[in-house]
Amino acid sequence: MGILIYTESENGKFKKSAYELASYGRAIADQLGVELIAVSFNHEDATQLGSYGVDQVIQINDPSLESFTAQQYASNLATIAQTKEIKLIVLSSSANAKYIAPLLAVSLSAGYASNVVGLPESLEPLTVKRSCFTNKAFNTCTLDNKVNIIGLSNNSYGSFENPKEVNFSQASAVIAETTIKVEQVEKSSGEVSIADADIVVSGGRGLKGPEHWHLIENLATTLGAATACSKPVSDMGWRPHSEHVGQTGKPVASNLYIAIGVSGAIQHLAGINSSKVKVVINNDPEAPFFKAADYGVIGDAFEVVPELIEKLKAFKSS
Amino acid sequence: MKILVCISHVPDTTSKINFVEGDTLFDKNGVQFVINPNDEFGLTRAVWFQQKQQAEVTVITVGDASCEPTLRKCLAIGANRAFRVDLQPSDGFEVAQQLSAHCKEENYDLIIAGRESIDYNGAMVPGMLSALLGYNFVTNCMALEIAGGTAKASREIDGGIETVSCELPLVIGAQKGLVEEKDLIIPNMRGIMQARQKSLSVLTPVESDAKSSISKYEKPAPKGEVKLVEPDQIDQLIDLLHYEAKVI
Ligand SMILES: Cc1cc2nc3c(=O)[nH]c(=O)nc-3n(C[C@H](O)[C@H](O)[C@H](O)COP(=O)(O)OP(=O)(O)OC[C@H]3O[C@@H](n4cnc5c(N)ncnc54)[C@H](O)[C@@H]3O)c2cc1C
Ligand SMILES: Nc1ncnc2c1ncn2[C@@H]1O[C@H](COP(=O)(O)O)[C@@H](O)[C@H]1O
Repeated sequence: MGILIYTESENGKFKKSAYELASYGRAIADQLGVELIAVSFNHEDATQLGSYGVDQVIQINDPSLESFTAQQYASNLATIAQTKEIKLIVLSSSANAKYIAPLLAVSLSAGYASNVVGLPESLEPLTVKRSCFTNKAFNTCTLDNKVNIIGLSNNSYGSFENPKEVNFSQASAVIAETTIKVEQVEKSSGEVSIADADIVVSGGRGLKGPEHWHLIENLATTLGAATACSKPVSDMGWRPHSEHVGQTGKPVASNLYIAIGVSGAIQHLAGINSSKVKVVINNDPEAPFFKAADYGVIGDAFEVVPELIEKLKAFKSS
Repeated sequence: MKILVCISHVPDTTSKINFVEGDTLFDKNGVQFVINPNDEFGLTRAVWFQQKQQAEVTVITVGDASCEPTLRKCLAIGANRAFRVDLQPSDGFEVAQQLSAHCKEENYDLIIAGRESIDYNGAMVPGMLSALLGYNFVTNCMALEIAGGTAKASREIDGGIETVSCELPLVIGAQKGLVEEKDLIIPNMRGIMQARQKSLSVLTPVESDAKSSISKYEKPAPKGEVKLVEPDQIDQLIDLLHYEAKVI
């Protein structure tokens, strides 16, 4: 009867989204008066989930699930959802969660709404608001099914501490048939990924060339931020494709997005619109980004950014 | 090898998004429709398989007659034939059901859809289709090679790249990287003329049921004015971000 969340971890730590899902699930569980159940894979110590309102943690620890495969993970989640007679499953918007969700939906004959922002407007029938047209609009969507799945937009709800007595249990892994073999996983180590970052610093063509990217990198390091870029910058090979953000690149939903030498084309803005606070640094007062930003500096990036780095360092050490 | 590319007919990326009929319907007035960018990457790769590995490329869309110019464009880019399932779908699950019925008759080796459409942004059709068919599924696919019934694919994950191998039949969710931007094919006169001769058949929809319905649309609340900080007053920006916005 409860609500199920899939809590993801990386390098033995829960992702920020796990706590956000817990907080979100808690709020709905309270409205419905049901239990909030979290499922974690190969994560030894899940006590922290209790601090964010989880009642029950089901741990599946099995070496066969060491590398993520969507089919395997979806089968395991489906089995638990069935045994626990779950009516609502909430997943994050990570690449892996978005991979699992449609498979899980079909195996449970469930309805699925991705990119959901905020708590449901109604629980009977389930009505949610989700973003569409790549953040240029929202739609209100009703899912009138026995089981439903919500894909929560990262960073759209936030996490709130709410300590609960947690009940832990282990479940054994179900091994689903799949011929998909993970051959290799290359992680860009040490860096903050755009998907998980609280702050993203992004550079555009205004930086004139890859040799100036130390400005972006230094600012990002000072802020503990991820680095990103506009499409032409990755097309020209100044930066890796994985940094391209926007309508045809990665979406950004950080707390703070700082755009430097980015004009603010509609396709760029579409992808970063759901960031909470936007700062633009551009020497052209007519740049469209000024219409989309919360704070702006009209000035030369080559002067403003070094100054900003200096001042931030002083601020951080004070 | 038989390849199917699923095409979503979407508003051009520069379109102004507006709604009509009490915010229940997207306003198509003055909007240019295009092939969903992720599907275009997929179609370009499919045409590469056609040219290099003798694949046959079929495109399909679930939609009304207004989608046909988009299918003709796919034919002009190089697809061999096109299908349109004559149904205005209510959600991604309904699209997946329609596509699955067609795929069960045709037994495609490879089905390419976009990772996500830029209008609905569901990111659900390819995964649901793979599950309905019981085929393998790789999404966020940014490289794909096929040899002797086995596929090798790379997919973008948060903060990295994963390489997988699997057997066909396979459904992929295509994205940027699958082909180079410069390899996107702009139809030439010959392609456009040939496309007129190619087959575009209309299929009667099978019975299907949506699992969600949209009751209304809205646009984001208009933004307030930007607060400008003088370039020689950067301390002020830090104060604003710390005390007002509380993000640093
Ligand atoms: C189908 C399609 C999809 C697209 N998808 C995306 C997408 O996903 N993401 C994306 O980013 N773009 C996308 N684009 C491209 C988009 O239209 C723009 O061309 C692109 O965003 C512009 O990149 P830019 O801002 O880096 O460069 P420009 O537009 O060249 O802007 C450079 C800016 O830097 C400023 N500048 C110059 N010198 C300085 C200086 N010394 N100090 C400070 N500022 C300076 C200039 O005033 C200017 O505003 C897409 C386009 C199409 C057609
Ligand atoms: N009406 C449709 N007809 C055919 N294919 C579609 C349709 N809608 C979506 N698709 C395919 O599914 C992908 C993902 O769409 P979505 O699930 O809406 O994000 C698209 O990129 C298309 O390849």
